[in-house]
Amino acid sequence: MPKPETIRGWGFVAPALIWTLAFFVVPFGIMAAMSFATLDGRELVWGFSLENYTRLFGQSYLLRAIVVSLEITLTVTIVSIVLAYPLAWIIVYRVPARWQRLALLLAILPFWTSYVVRSYAWLLVLSREGVINQTLMGLGVISEPLTLASTRFATVTGFVHFFVMLLTLTIYANLVQLPANYRRAAVDLGASSWQAFRHVVLPLTMPGIATGAFLTFVLCIGDYITPQILGGNNELTGPQIIMVQLGRGANFPLAAAMSIVLMALVTLAYLAASRWLRLDRL
Amino acid sequence: MTYFAARRGLMSSFAILALPAAAMAAEDLNALVWCDHTDPALIEPFEQQHGIRVNLREYEGTATALALLEQSRPGDWDVLVIDAIDVPRAVGAGLMAELPAEDLATADFWPGVAMEDQTQVDGKTYAVTEKFGYNTISFNSDKVDAADMQDLATVWSDKYTDRIAVYDYYLPVMGLAAIANGVETANLSADDLPALKETLFTMKDNARSVGEVVASQTALATGEVDIVIGGGEWLTAVLAEEQPELTWTIPDQGAVRWAQSIGVLEASENKDLAVEFVKYITGPEGQARLATSSCYWGMPANQKAGEHLSDAQKKVLRWDDQPDYLKRAQLYPAPDADLDGQMQDVWLEMLQH
Repeated sequence: MPKPETIRGWGFVAPALIWTLAFFVVPFGIMAAMSFATLDGRELVWGFSLENYTRLFGQSYLLRAIVVSLEITLTVTIVSIVLAYPLAWIIVYRVPARWQRLALLLAILPFWTSYVVRSYAWLLVLSREGVINQTLMGLGVISEPLTLASTRFATVTGFVHFFVMLLTLTIYANLVQLPANYRRAAVDLGASSWQAFRHVVLPLTMPGIATGAFLTFVLCIGDYITPQILGGNNELTGPQIIMVQLGRGANFPLAAAMSIVLMALVTLAYLAASRWLRLDRL
Repeated sequence: MTYFAARRGLMSSFAILALPAAAMAAEDLNALVWCDHTDPALIEPFEQQHGIRVNLREYEGTATALALLEQSRPGDWDVLVIDAIDVPRAVGAGLMAELPAEDLATADFWPGVAMEDQTQVDGKTYAVTEKFGYNTISFNSDKVDAADMQDLATVWSDKYTDRIAVYDYYLPVMGLAAIANGVETANLSADDLPALKETLFTMKDNARSVGEVVASQTALATGEVDIVIGGGEWLTAVLAEEQPELTWTIPDQGAVRWAQSIGVLEASENKDLAVEFVKYITGPEGQARLATSSCYWGMPANQKAGEHLSDAQKKVLRWDDQPDYLKRAQLYPAPDADLDGQMQDVWLEMLQH
């Protein structure tokens, strides 16, 4: 007979447990099982086959989608950190305290726009007749329009625009909690400004960077819309291949296998960032 | 077509999963359709005539429609608009109801457009062709030599490198590649795929982008590209007034003909009304409205729609050229499941090339 405290304990955790089981464990289990199923013509055959994984890693154009996703995600994450950190720094240390909220609001203003609309807006900005090409041609810098839209550059630009805002928030939240005295103490003890940043501020703001970077990685590697609109289908990412398998071929087993691989990559990213993932510091 | 309308089309497959069944009342008509059916100018006359509401849900791709039907309760949907070449597939899955052939206006259809091989099984009619057009070459006549567009090999040659967009749908574009290689789309087999792959790689090498409907249309309209391989009247007709320089042609080798059809679902609990809807859509007035839908234009299957179209509209649709076009165009390839999978693999390989 379980003790009343035990029953009460289970009662408290049951809602969270049921929620997690219903909306994560069970769907994940179905997806994992699906990834081992096969198609016989257009009929789904449940079973245990590694055919989808063999195909995924054996066919260069499928494997390349994973590689492209990784390359884009890593580029976006790094570029976003490099741009977001100075922005957060400026808001915390250079903007007067009473204007900081407004500055932060302005920094995240693009969040209020629809993701799809923002991507199409970038497509127009980067097109041959777009603002950038027209400006450069007007200034006589170039004579022919540059190919900016429908490229990986366009995809990365669209992503970075979004994720800089996200990273600015997480880094700002971390920086603003950091007492200015830490930096001053380091300088008093003879450290240069760079050394104080490198050895004091940066390590203490790693939780903010790591959290933002991890969220960027997760959202970027699973995104379908941005590469679809801005990439011009000149190279396909993992989610685009998954959509093709679902929408055109109804090949749920192969799509599930690709999803499992993407989830494995996210897990690896989590393990890599877990040392610094300190949400309580934000 | 607006960007938003197209995105709605793209995402509708997800939206429908969240649609409460109660939202679709039994006395209404529930139809799974392509975006051209969502034009109020098309639907409202039928709603007013019958005093009912037609609930429309857009989808793209037959696989998506079949998945939606599988996930719905029997009877949730009454009408299905489907790619004509996929009708046998839907009939084979037991989804389509037999239609009263004697009540349909197929006798007034353009020659060959009724597509009995696809819409009839064992002598029974399961769907009616409602609209057709061509996957061919759209181009900007101010930027491109129209004479070049008459030869497919020149269209995707390096003469137009970086000025080409390829419509991202493997069946029509591979059909065009087959035609360029002298292979009839109806006879396409796995043995032809290596040659088609080479042709597709050539297209990709010279293309700036490969995009779906909106992306291709936007690329052409904004001057990002000057040619769309796989385009046609459906891509440029809605822009005819604002940008008359955007046009299309059928090359000397020919082009691919697309056709959409409409039918009633076997599980429908509202079959009589659904049949009435099919008759309205394939009747002269419905056909004229469908042909000039705000989402995209296309030729009406029923020639009597001409009585309800203006001369200007007919001109945009190239009404008088249809007998010649119909002779020179071939139907979409209709691969079996194995060949379809192989064709999709080749297409993905091209995209990653």
